[in-house]
Amino acid sequence: MMVDNRIDYYPTHEHEGIKFRRGHALPFGATMVAGGVNFSIFSSGSTACTLVLFERGEALPFAEIPFPDEFRVGNVYCMTVFDLNYERLEYGYRMDGPFNPSAGLRFDKTAILSDPYAKVLGGRDTWMVKPDWDNVYQYRSRLAFEDFDWEQDHPLETPIEDLIIYEMHVRGFTQHESSGLKNRGTFSAIRSKIPYLKELGVNCVELLPIYEFDEWENSRQNPVTGETLVNYWGYSTVNFFSPKAGYAATGKFGMQVDELKTLIKELHKNGIEVMLDVVFNHTAEGDQRGPTISFRGLDNKTYYMLTPEGYYFNFSGTGNTLNCNNPVVRNMVLDCLRYWASEYHIDGFRFDLAAILGRAQNGAPLSNPPLLESLAYDPVLAKCKLIAEAWDAGGLYQVGSFPAYGRWAEWNGKYRDNLRKFLKGDAGEVGDMIQRIMGSPDLYSMRGPTASINFVSCHDGFSLYDMFAYNEKHNEANGENNNDGANDNNSWNCGHEGETDDPAINFLRHKQVKNALAILLVSQGVPMVLMGDEVGRTQKGNNNTYCQDNELNWFDWSQQETNADLYTFSQRIINFRRQHPVLRSSTHFQYWDYVGSGYPDISFHGTKAWSCDRSESSRTFAFMLCGDHAKQGVIKDDMIYVAMNMYWGGLHFELPGLPPEKKWYLFANTDMPSPGDCFVPGSEPILENQHEFLVGSRSVVILIGR
Amino acid sequence: MSFSILAETKKIAKITLMGEVDSLSAREFQKEIEKMAAESPDELVLFVENLTFISSAGLRVLIFAKQKMGSNLAIYIVNPQESIVETIEKTGLQHSVNIVDQYL
Repeated sequence: MMVDNRIDYYPTHEHEGIKFRRGHALPFGATMVAGGVNFSIFSSGSTACTLVLFERGEALPFAEIPFPDEFRVGNVYCMTVFDLNYERLEYGYRMDGPFNPSAGLRFDKTAILSDPYAKVLGGRDTWMVKPDWDNVYQYRSRLAFEDFDWEQDHPLETPIEDLIIYEMHVRGFTQHESSGLKNRGTFSAIRSKIPYLKELGVNCVELLPIYEFDEWENSRQNPVTGETLVNYWGYSTVNFFSPKAGYAATGKFGMQVDELKTLIKELHKNGIEVMLDVVFNHTAEGDQRGPTISFRGLDNKTYYMLTPEGYYFNFSGTGNTLNCNNPVVRNMVLDCLRYWASEYHIDGFRFDLAAILGRAQNGAPLSNPPLLESLAYDPVLAKCKLIAEAWDAGGLYQVGSFPAYGRWAEWNGKYRDNLRKFLKGDAGEVGDMIQRIMGSPDLYSMRGPTASINFVSCHDGFSLYDMFAYNEKHNEANGENNNDGANDNNSWNCGHEGETDDPAINFLRHKQVKNALAILLVSQGVPMVLMGDEVGRTQKGNNNTYCQDNELNWFDWSQQETNADLYTFSQRIINFRRQHPVLRSSTHFQYWDYVGSGYPDISFHGTKAWSCDRSESSRTFAFMLCGDHAKQGVIKDDMIYVAMNMYWGGLHFELPGLPPEKKWYLFANTDMPSPGDCFVPGSEPILENQHEFLVGSRSVVILIGR
Repeated sequence: MSFSILAETKKIAKITLMGEVDSLSAREFQKEIEKMAAESPDELVLFVENLTFISSAGLRVLIFAKQKMGSNLAIYIVNPQESIVETIEKTGLQHSVNIVDQYL
């Protein structure tokens, strides 16, 4: 083969029988080249570097090769080593240099450091298998093949306004015994449940962090039950390029890369996009008391935001803050996302505490953050969805003002808060709710409704069912005396705190869940549903389940039957949205009839048609969408009328008149018991009374005019 | 006028794998595949009754075979042990190969 004849693929040096030569500075990381592996690692301020090589799983390295001085280019050490067993190899680095924390320098040559660009990490191969704490090298860099057989697959590029996002935890989705699967809690098990996702109707899964993290981080005992509390959510990255081995049934064979890619390929075949929740705001190394895993020992002051005294800024609330707008770190983030987009065919990214990505190296918010701009204009990421959690733990709240560059969408925290308050019957919410159901033009006037990721619940906080079963959080099981988790839940227990046998309360709770889903799925913008909310998943009032690897977090598949009314309603309302393009506009309403249909694109109503009470005391409004304006008038759809009555008594709503050839049909009425609460989209019954509808207390009614 | 038919029978490549296919033995396996690819077979039949482990590198040889010999190549894995079937299934390769109890 041609490539074997190149003279730069022959060794020039030897160390204890291992042959090597000067390597290539780029790309960073360990790259398989003909006959060997090219190692390249960045570190400024260090004085020397040693490559440390292990046979897989062995306690001690089989070789340590110091980089000769002439192998350093700028601040990059590079070396090609020959004749390595690339499947059995684990590698790391020792970095020598000054230890002077007040100057930001924390070099320690006794530590073996992971490669930030490692594509596979060993050491936590199987979920919750106790690690050997005495191991000199805990998180071991390994090599990955990049030759997956994708066949015809590519990212789906579904228009963002057509997405229905399902936020899910890889382990939690199938770990419950009721999933009935063999490899519970893994990528492979999700693959077995794709038919469920298809039936539900979602077309995008957003996976909670799948970058390698350590579930044992800060593990401790539950003071009540003695159970082990772990880092279950995984918002604490050990390595940005490696998938979590413990999420793969084949992790113990080091095949997590293949297993994850296979899952993505299968999801794509079924029309479901894959979005990753990525955590670039901090790392698992914590503050000065935390472990030295990689970044701290390689180049502390480059990778982290430091105070003038050399301590760690803590805008993430977790000990340290990644220095994202340092050019080196910015490039790492870019390299990482490009890798996931190109090698794993990922369709989009949701950035945890993304406001941090817009802070300068001294922590001050930037008006034009280079990282956010680079991501927005990157050629490889050009078709990926970019979604920001537009706030951080340092008090920066940017919902509506996140630097977007025409690309970025946001988790709309205001949507969540307004909808929750409206649902529990707070006064003074109608004005805001009108903005929210329109895709929040008050926040995103220039960016369009697709900037708004709408949600009412997410992993962080109460599950949707618990929002109507608990007034207060009940986080005792987290072992922090119920001090952790948010207090502003805007929840309402419907008259009893926690589980009850009272049928009226239980009916109301189910109705409220349906109300929430109904409003979410008919709002302009991009809806996101939390895993399990479609079957009334409960966390027993715990609103911060980050450490609970148990039934508080696992999807209980038996609820698909025990709460069949919720599942059927969810499934139908999701598919209703998919059938009606008028619900999925990429531009804001114009409030007039620009296609000559006789109706404005959107109109607002109340108990009187064409008259909407937006006053402080109102808890009620209705809106009508004109189907002739669907997708800016390009597609013809039905008329859709939605009445929302969050008042505690039933109210008669006068219906707006339709063109003579059309009639009103009932799609949903959450006040009715199942199965009369909603109908299969397309086969809705006609209304007897075409002029008025009695909307029950705390109920949502959806009509179709066709 | 004379009439003739050129009939071609299927070309079948057969390999028996035993013990463990790891990154080292996978190289041998791959060399064997490359040799056979030169004959452009229609079917690749792997007898694996006594195969106890196949690593990532081993699985890749199967993908390599498909890419080298064309996607029309039918691959048969004959009488694999349960652990081998599981590995193939979890990594999704079962769509690319035919797992059979016996090859007739």
